[in-house]
Amino acid sequence: MILHIALRELRSLFLSPLAWIILGVIQGIMAWKFLGFIDYFFTLQPELIKIKNAPGVTDLVIAPLFDFSKILLLILCPLITMRLLSEEKQNGSLKLLLSSPVSMTEIILGKYLGALAFFIIVILMIGLMPLSLFSSTDLDMGKIAAGMLGQFLTIAAFISLGLYMSSLSNQPVNAAAGTFGLLILFFIINIAGNATTQGENFFNYLSITHHSIQMLRGIVNTADIAYFVLFSLGFILLSIRQLDSQRLQS
Amino acid sequence: MSVLIQANNLHRYYGETLAVDNVSIELHQGEILALLGPNGAGKSTCLQMLCGVLAPSEGEIIINGVDLLDNPDIAKKNIGYLPDKPPLYPELTVTEYLTYAAKLRRVNTSQIKDLLKQAIQQCGLEGYNHRLIANLSKGYQQRVGIAQAIIHQPEVIILDEPTVGLDPIQMLEIRKLILQLGEQHGIILSTHILPEVQAVCNRVQMIHHGKSVINKKLSELKQSNQVTLRLQNAANIEQLKSLPGVTSVSEVSANQYILSGNKLDSSLADISKHCVESNWGLLEISPVENTLEQVFLNLTSGDNTTAAQSRLDAA
Repeated sequence: MILHIALRELRSLFLSPLAWIILGVIQGIMAWKFLGFIDYFFTLQPELIKIKNAPGVTDLVIAPLFDFSKILLLILCPLITMRLLSEEKQNGSLKLLLSSPVSMTEIILGKYLGALAFFIIVILMIGLMPLSLFSSTDLDMGKIAAGMLGQFLTIAAFISLGLYMSSLSNQPVNAAAGTFGLLILFFIINIAGNATTQGENFFNYLSITHHSIQMLRGIVNTADIAYFVLFSLGFILLSIRQLDSQRLQS
Repeated sequence: MSVLIQANNLHRYYGETLAVDNVSIELHQGEILALLGPNGAGKSTCLQMLCGVLAPSEGEIIINGVDLLDNPDIAKKNIGYLPDKPPLYPELTVTEYLTYAAKLRRVNTSQIKDLLKQAIQQCGLEGYNHRLIANLSKGYQQRVGIAQAIIHQPEVIILDEPTVGLDPIQMLEIRKLILQLGEQHGIILSTHILPEVQAVCNRVQMIHHGKSVINKKLSELKQSNQVTLRLQNAANIEQLKSLPGVTSVSEVSANQYILSGNKLDSSLADISKHCVESNWGLLEISPVENTLEQVFLNLTSGDNTTAAQSRLDAA
């Protein structure tokens, strides 16, 4: 049942121009940035030869590319997640789901996986770009895999937050604005950690940036994975509760 | 006749407002029940509670022997629901949408094709299978809405204003479809169109200010317990009052009277006999039939429901 809902969600996404526009925009901007990073690498190359154990293409091109793509994903993710529930509430089609023998958990998970499937396509497309360097140089596949895992966990967290905001609002635009604001907050909350020594650990722990940056360096830490899993799970559970409470008391 | 819906003492609060106050609804197989009431009476809230979209604040709902609140997954399989606004996905085609609706109701994949064909044929959607729902007219979108409610052949079909936005021919066709479905399923529909109720329903439940004020068979509702009497000569009002079953007599115009009482239908013969024997020159004697409009207006023109209720009881 979760699968049917997820497939319908994915199908509807690709039937609307929005999905194609987002894919196009991301590919265009990422390609431009990719060329920029390669260019930068060429200018650095004479210097790098002099250094022992110098950083390679993976560190100087692919890691910054993945890092940059997170900002794009942050901007575009709310546009996809905003419609997940609020649009269905707005046009009344949520009543079809609610009157069907489907549980709230199935509805939320179906919606979540539908959006996640779309963004897996997006991050795979982004991942293909640096892989094109494979023919001309040695790549650190371990680091790339760690980076991809980081991308996946980050977007999984983004979507769960977006889904929750969408469950709160009847207007997709409100859901988008809320998601956008909170995502940026989670992105920059570690600035406070850097400013004061006391709160450093706490604010760093809350921040998405702090946990995703390690994976770009090739370090896969259980604590980081736990952060993303808890983050996503937490907002998924909140969405289920929110949907259920709307049925009980509105 | 098996009981399909047994909803007892439903209450529903929206914040502080009590939208549905102690309403009980019962539906049997082969019955078409009309839920009537002015705007904002609580009809849609009742229907939404019956199909699990809203949870009642108090009360229990049993669908075909299964408790909706305890076992929603089993109970909801027996429900087909058309909300006031059809729950469509405009970007899908009719076939895609109906297939999705069938899957949501956990229909076996092997049966979907046949059920789809049947629903499309019943709702007159042949030739529209591969059209995008967004490109259909409002009437056809309404038909798709009905098709999704019946595709899994539920025992109970709940339709919230099914003929809104349809042209007169489509309206007739949908009524015919409702009658046809009503033979095997139980149907609850809410509507404002009173002739429609007279055409298709066999029982009427009226809701006003969240309370159920009438729950009667259509035939019982029409009985007004009044008789018009037209005579050539003046009658003795005291004598008329003493006739069996008559409780009050009022003179509408010269030599024309309205008798009220209990079970006047059975005493028509006695009354006419007395009139003839008294040489009053009996010209006309006929039982007054209540129209639904009258009942509806009586109900809604009252400032409070108890006044309306007592008037109806007196009528």
